[in-house]
Amino acid sequence: MPDTIIERIRAAYAEETPLIIQGGGSKGFYGNADEGEVLSTHGLAGVVDYQPTELVLTACAGTPLAEIEALLDAHGQMLAFEPPHFGGNHFPHAGEGANDALRAPKPSNATLGGAVAAGLSGPRRPYAGAARDFVLGVRIVDGTGQPLRFGGQVIKNVAGYDVSRLMVGALGTLGVITEVSLKVLPRPAAETTLQFELDETAAIGRMNEWAGLPLPQSASAWHAGVLTLRLSGAASAVCAAQAKLGGEILPDGGAFWQRLRDHATPFFGTRPLWRLAVKSSTPPLRLGDAQWIEWGGALRWLASDLPAATLRAAAHAAGGHATLFYGAPPHAGAAANARFAALHDGVFAPLSPAMRTVQYALKQRFDPRGILNRGRMYPDF
Amino acid sequence: MLSPAFLSKLRGILPAHCVLHEREDLAPFESDGLAAYRNVPDVVALPENEAQVAAILRLCHAEKIAVVARGAGTGLAAGALPIDGAVLLVLTKLKRIKSLDPLARTAVVEPGVRNLAISEAAAAHGLYYAPDPSSQIACSIGGNVAENSGGVHCLKYGLTVHNILKLRAWTIDGQLLEIGSDALDAPGYDLLALLTGSEGMLAVITEVTVKLLPRPERAQVVLAAFDDVAQAGAAVGNIIAAGVVPAGLEMMDRLAIEAAEAFVHAGYPMAEALLLCEVDGVNEEVSDDIRTVHDVLAASGATEIRTADSEEQRLKFWAGRKAAFPAVGRLAPDYYCMDGTIPRAQLPHVLQRIREMSAEFGLRVANVFHAGDGNLHPLILYDVNRPGELDQAETFGGRILELCVEVGGTITGEHGVGLEKIRQMCTQFAAPELARFHAVKAAFDPAGLLNPGKAVPELHRCAEWGAMHVHGGQLPHPELPRF
Repeated sequence: MPDTIIERIRAAYAEETPLIIQGGGSKGFYGNADEGEVLSTHGLAGVVDYQPTELVLTACAGTPLAEIEALLDAHGQMLAFEPPHFGGNHFPHAGEGANDALRAPKPSNATLGGAVAAGLSGPRRPYAGAARDFVLGVRIVDGTGQPLRFGGQVIKNVAGYDVSRLMVGALGTLGVITEVSLKVLPRPAAETTLQFELDETAAIGRMNEWAGLPLPQSASAWHAGVLTLRLSGAASAVCAAQAKLGGEILPDGGAFWQRLRDHATPFFGTRPLWRLAVKSSTPPLRLGDAQWIEWGGALRWLASDLPAATLRAAAHAAGGHATLFYGAPPHAGAAANARFAALHDGVFAPLSPAMRTVQYALKQRFDPRGILNRGRMYPDF
Repeated sequence: MLSPAFLSKLRGILPAHCVLHEREDLAPFESDGLAAYRNVPDVVALPENEAQVAAILRLCHAEKIAVVARGAGTGLAAGALPIDGAVLLVLTKLKRIKSLDPLARTAVVEPGVRNLAISEAAAAHGLYYAPDPSSQIACSIGGNVAENSGGVHCLKYGLTVHNILKLRAWTIDGQLLEIGSDALDAPGYDLLALLTGSEGMLAVITEVTVKLLPRPERAQVVLAAFDDVAQAGAAVGNIIAAGVVPAGLEMMDRLAIEAAEAFVHAGYPMAEALLLCEVDGVNEEVSDDIRTVHDVLAASGATEIRTADSEEQRLKFWAGRKAAFPAVGRLAPDYYCMDGTIPRAQLPHVLQRIREMSAEFGLRVANVFHAGDGNLHPLILYDVNRPGELDQAETFGGRILELCVEVGGTITGEHGVGLEKIRQMCTQFAAPELARFHAVKAAFDPAGLLNPGKAVPELHRCAEWGAMHVHGGQLPHPELPRF
């Protein structure tokens, strides 16, 4: 199957025809509109190597995330960055459901390659690390059709530039990922989710203060006056922390975090929906009430009609950046999405001229004819 | 040689005391921590602020003069070895901790700040900077970023790349790159990961924002003796399989144990192999983990297990391990240190092969390693005054690195490639990957002026370089604990 992919890319390179890389199609909404023929990684499926005692798993890019997670679970391990699945139609229609009760997610088609290319991480991210922190090695096929292997299957490796991690979050624009090696971790023996009634200012303060204490935290979120905190670790440690912190135990906390991870709540059906990554201690942004806060304060999801410039300036002032995560209303179609994104100066925050210069140079070295996911990250990439 | 005209332009940028060009002033900069490689620099520039760094880079770019960036000079792969006709850009005067935010748990520091100084500054808030290379009292954070430094605790807490948020870095043509952000990610490609471990080849760092972690409530260490190294190796995997991620998991073989015991009298039991397993975290969790570790070690065939029951005893258990290198240095006039990483399951096989090669070459080997993450530091003992032994040691070392690659590992786990391992890069990577590494460099530095000739070998010339040689136990800065 990699041979087919290599041939397709070589042909596309020769003819300068763009390709859209697709795994399970669960994150097709993410990024700017791209153009070209679909190049599916569907046939690149299967776990290549998994030795639980090594804490390393290697799998082909088209392997369903759900399959990998089930395999790890059977061995008491997990993907600690909790990659969002965003299974097909994960977000409900805007306005559906009067309250913000969390809905059950539908089964997902998300693949490992897509999760790594998107580089998104779930609720555990601030406490355990991001997708890129767990990537140890990749096999890719670059934009000329050259298969390449970077990194490896060991945790410590400083030979050569870290091209493996460069691929994480590159949205396939530097190469088609065909295989990934990841560090995995033991699943915590116990998890408890606690809730606290707190206003936004107090909640942000509390999340940051707690993160500076030796407490077994693994996720935090605030929405509509309720702070939710997950504790993970040895049963004794979780118990002791719970006694220290108080709060109300949320039954079925696991489902709460999974739904939040996959945006399976009516709030995430609102359009447009912005993702503001900011310094965790940033006080309330005061950009509207429709908001979820995650990651100990470092992530603010905003349903807002404010101009892109206003939101981007606010995020920048808070040490971060704003992404137009969901643009046009659901089912509006790719063309509507593209127009919408263009109106907002693109999905991703523009780069400074110096950063743009080196990033564009990297793009040209890995994909000289710009055939891989053309325009997905930035219009001219 | 640099022209007088160039030197005078350099003096236009920096005050007189920040430009060194007299031979006696230059000598201290002739090598980094790998003293076998020496080359007196033509000129040393010691900028005192970021604007001076940028101006020096612009000048060198305009005049096509190469630049070698250097921090504290504790690197172990000759990455900061001066190059003829280049400026040695020493960043140790940039040593301010610019700010520390206890609530957001971050610190903004200049590149010359020492690794340990960050944790010392954060201690008042119950916080610390996690990566702890053994040279942490001297090594600087800029160098840590350049090498993606690890330490004893990286299995649990990660390497430098996992513990930084943002960089201010300058390209050779004097453009500022603001990489990463105060948030947990940034738009565009992940240049933060790419710059980390890039060995001064892509840009010069003038500011690092690091993450700080809460100090663990408690740390405790268990020591276990084995009468078979393969059994000790298997015990390492068994601890991980039991669901424990130790903060540190170190192993020493008989020769290393004997040397350490004779040197610091840590009270180690004599055995074929010794494991030190430290767990840290919340009080209750440490108690649970210590019990688990104890049971696993017993079931794995340990002949003796001791748990440190006081901080004093914990430090004593560690004292022997931390002194292992100087201790081994007393066994022979010279030793040669390797830095390969292997998948943990290969540990018994690799140790057996090293033993066989040791017999074949007639050279003794002491094995000291970060067993938790499979990072080996075999020390090959030799005597440079015996004809042929140096060559034998080098051949032996090369064979060990090739063995690491053969079993799915890497030629360098934490010391970097620099000049030392540039030949072995050809063993680990094929031509297409090496070509892409050159392409990455060219994207930042098309003229090839930043640290040329290091880290990535030219495709047409996988030249033979030496390796780490320590004569008579004499390292530069011998007072520093290492590895």
